Amino acid sequence: MAKPDEPEFYEKEDLLKVDWKPPTKGWMDVPVDIRPGTYIYPGKAKNLKILDLPNARDWAVTDQDWKLPADWKTTILDGMADRLSKYRSFKLFMDVCVRCGACADKCHFFIGSGDPKNMPVLRAELLRSIYRKDFTALGKVFGKLAGGRELTEDVIKEWFYYFYQCTECRRCSVFCPYGIDTAEITMMGRELLGLLGLYVNWVIEPVANCFMVGNHLGIQPHGLKDTLEFMADDIEEATGIRVDIPINKKGAEILFVTPSGDFVAEPGIFTCMSYMLLFHELGLDYTWSTYASDGGNFGLFTSHETLKRLNAKIYTEAKRLGVKWILGGECGHMWRVIHQYMDTMTGPADFLEVPKSPMTGTVFEHARSTKMIHLMEFTADLIRNNKLKLDPSRNDHITVTFHDSCNPARAMGIFEEPRYVIRSVCNNFVEMPENTIREQTFCCGGGAGLGTDENMEMRLRGGMPRGNAVRYVQEQHGVNQMAAMCAIDRATLTTVADYWAPGVKVTGISELVANAMIFTGEKKRTENLRLEPIPGVAEDDEVEAPSDE
Amino acid sequence: MNVLIPLVAVGGLFIVGFLGAVLGMGWIFGVAFPYLAVAFFLGGLSYRVIGWANSPVPFRIPTTCGQQKSLPWIKRQRIENPHSTLEVIGRMALEVLCFRSLLRNTKVEMVDGKRLVYATDLSLWIGAMAMHWSFLIILIRHLRFFTNPVPYFATFTEKLDGFMEIGLPVFFVTTVVFVIAVAYLLYRRLAISQVRYISLLGDYFPLFLLLGIGVSGFFLRHLTKTDVAAVKELALSWTHFAPVVPETISPLFFGHLFLVSVLLAYFPFSKLAHMAGVFLSPTRNLANTNREIRHINPWNYPVKVHTYEEYEDELREKMKTAGIPVERQ
Repeated sequence: MAKPDEPEFYEKEDLLKVDWKPPTKGWMDVPVDIRPGTYIYPGKAKNLKILDLPNARDWAVTDQDWKLPADWKTTILDGMADRLSKYRSFKLFMDVCVRCGACADKCHFFIGSGDPKNMPVLRAELLRSIYRKDFTALGKVFGKLAGGRELTEDVIKEWFYYFYQCTECRRCSVFCPYGIDTAEITMMGRELLGLLGLYVNWVIEPVANCFMVGNHLGIQPHGLKDTLEFMADDIEEATGIRVDIPINKKGAEILFVTPSGDFVAEPGIFTCMSYMLLFHELGLDYTWSTYASDGGNFGLFTSHETLKRLNAKIYTEAKRLGVKWILGGECGHMWRVIHQYMDTMTGPADFLEVPKSPMTGTVFEHARSTKMIHLMEFTADLIRNNKLKLDPSRNDHITVTFHDSCNPARAMGIFEEPRYVIRSVCNNFVEMPENTIREQTFCCGGGAGLGTDENMEMRLRGGMPRGNAVRYVQEQHGVNQMAAMCAIDRATLTTVADYWAPGVKVTGISELVANAMIFTGEKKRTENLRLEPIPGVAEDDEVEAPSDE
Repeated sequence: MNVLIPLVAVGGLFIVGFLGAVLGMGWIFGVAFPYLAVAFFLGGLSYRVIGWANSPVPFRIPTTCGQQKSLPWIKRQRIENPHSTLEVIGRMALEVLCFRSLLRNTKVEMVDGKRLVYATDLSLWIGAMAMHWSFLIILIRHLRFFTNPVPYFATFTEKLDGFMEIGLPVFFVTTVVFVIAVAYLLYRRLAISQVRYISLLGDYFPLFLLLGIGVSGFFLRHLTKTDVAAVKELALSWTHFAPVVPETISPLFFGHLFLVSVLLAYFPFSKLAHMAGVFLSPTRNLANTNREIRHINPWNYPVKVHTYEEYEDELREKMKTAGIPVERQ
């Protein structure tokens, strides 16, 4: 018998029978229903202690008593007042919603679950109702008539449940006439919960790891070296090339930072191997860092302060190592942090230089302050300037589609670079339906720290819109791979694809590049980086040498 | 209850407004309330805007809906992903004047019980555009009462609005469009189950208020004999701060005027403040220049980090054994 944390536990037919009609009972009177498969285990005391976070204790979400501190109510209200005065987004988004409902069916969790409290507007109302009651004139006088409600422990439980059922993907904010961004609401909600020591372990343990040893997985420096060397062995087996692994190398030109998800588990490691191959072929003077061994930042899913505490290490390390600029790997929320927070929080990076490609001479003016560019910007520039020898036919057995990851899409707008790269290395590229890509892309259902197995039901439900779109191109165009430049995608989309569109594999874009690249001194390529035989290129076949035009 | 209470309230307010025609009450309903309402409106809205503006924008968080500016050969989308003030103005203009985001609206449907499709759904956009624009034009038309001579753009708007030249006095298209649009917005709030579920009393009240104002306005122009000259005398006298309340003004007009007064006074303290708030939305009014120009957070403060030195102290032996360079041996 499968358990609630396994996909097999859920029948597709059941999940598809989603009912979007809300109940007759008003939402304020519907208590939160916490059932296995839809919530995440609480943060363990030891992790909170590492981070000096308040009210560290062990507890369970299913407990009646969540062991809140005695003055929890004041803490929450003071915390709200503080944040209302610090974030215009929060204050404004509490005030200007007209409840037009445009956002309602834009959330993947609402589409997949039908739970009205997963409508972005209602998720925000969970907080707004308290705001109205305690912070607005009308709410203070008219109470419930003005849409206010009393702050109780049940409200806190409801917040915990629903603010950890939002992946901060920002899709709703694309459709909102006032640009109300539920990510901002959820971030505030999670910060407030954090004041009471309410975290999920899937987020706070990686944060504690990252704080202490530099990456979410808690890989220590020697372990990281082993991991990369292990990958180098596999690279050698596939290509016959031995790549160097520069670690904490002082005076390197470039610091390379990627999400630690690329260090473990398939298919992330293939993306990582591809980075190493690309840099080797280019002869790039770069270095890994063990201290800044994660660009990913689960602090984003915790609080702005934690976000900064983890992010600080990137510039610190760039300075210590004396690099000129920073290159960032394929990640989603990492790029939200790099693009929208890093420079403001931990800059200015005046000790670095404006990124300049040593191969093409291109100066990346758009990153002149942050001094960090995206690997896809770097790679697109290389391809455009004919610096890579490519044989896209090596990917001919692949029909690939591209999943825009939420953060690079809606917090950055990096749409064309990855597409240009994919088209350059794959002959068969198919887009998913237009309402499911680019700025309207659907989340994998496991972002913002929700990608854990105990949350399987919500992940499968939240992944339904994406899975459905993949299934569509699979049936229509024979798509068998889905590229995504996000480490969380590479981990969680795999589950979503296996469930909703079995047969479609998830890959990083760099992996497609490396498989199509002709490396100097490579052996005859019969296997791809996954060490799978490349169809049509058997070991003994005569293979025409690819031309170098 | 959320529907009934505001409906009864608006009805009640309208009737209360009739009192203005009672001898001696004209000064209260025709002078004191309108002045107070305008004061509330201006003061309240300023208060709200200053309140929002007092909270800083610590991070640059535009929602990007198009290609960023990066490599010169990649075509960027200047409006959907603005990179300069001018482009931000363009984005905001589209948002404020054309409701750009609502134009994107889709409706999800499940086909054959297994396939999700997203159909373009313009009903809300059309309803909202019709309501807001006709409201604006009606406001401009009303300038006729407050000015002497009437400015050209007001008479011109009036002329356009009455282009059908039906009836005497001519019907204005916007009056009809406004009432229908408000009625539609009310209808969808009741008919779409999800929207009904999220609707508060404060969502119905302004709709009933607008409906009351629109319908009473229609009556004033077309179905009852209103002493227009007297109304203009009153309105002009407000602008001169020498109010005169002519005795020939009908109770219906006072009902209309009182609803308008209530709307003005209620406006800043309700969701209607979105009119001003939309301009301040940080996901819309910021250029996506994040990596090019450093955005300053006025309250940025130092946080506790795990320094490299602490890190190396804890892991030095392991690093050395693995041959990873260290700062201190």
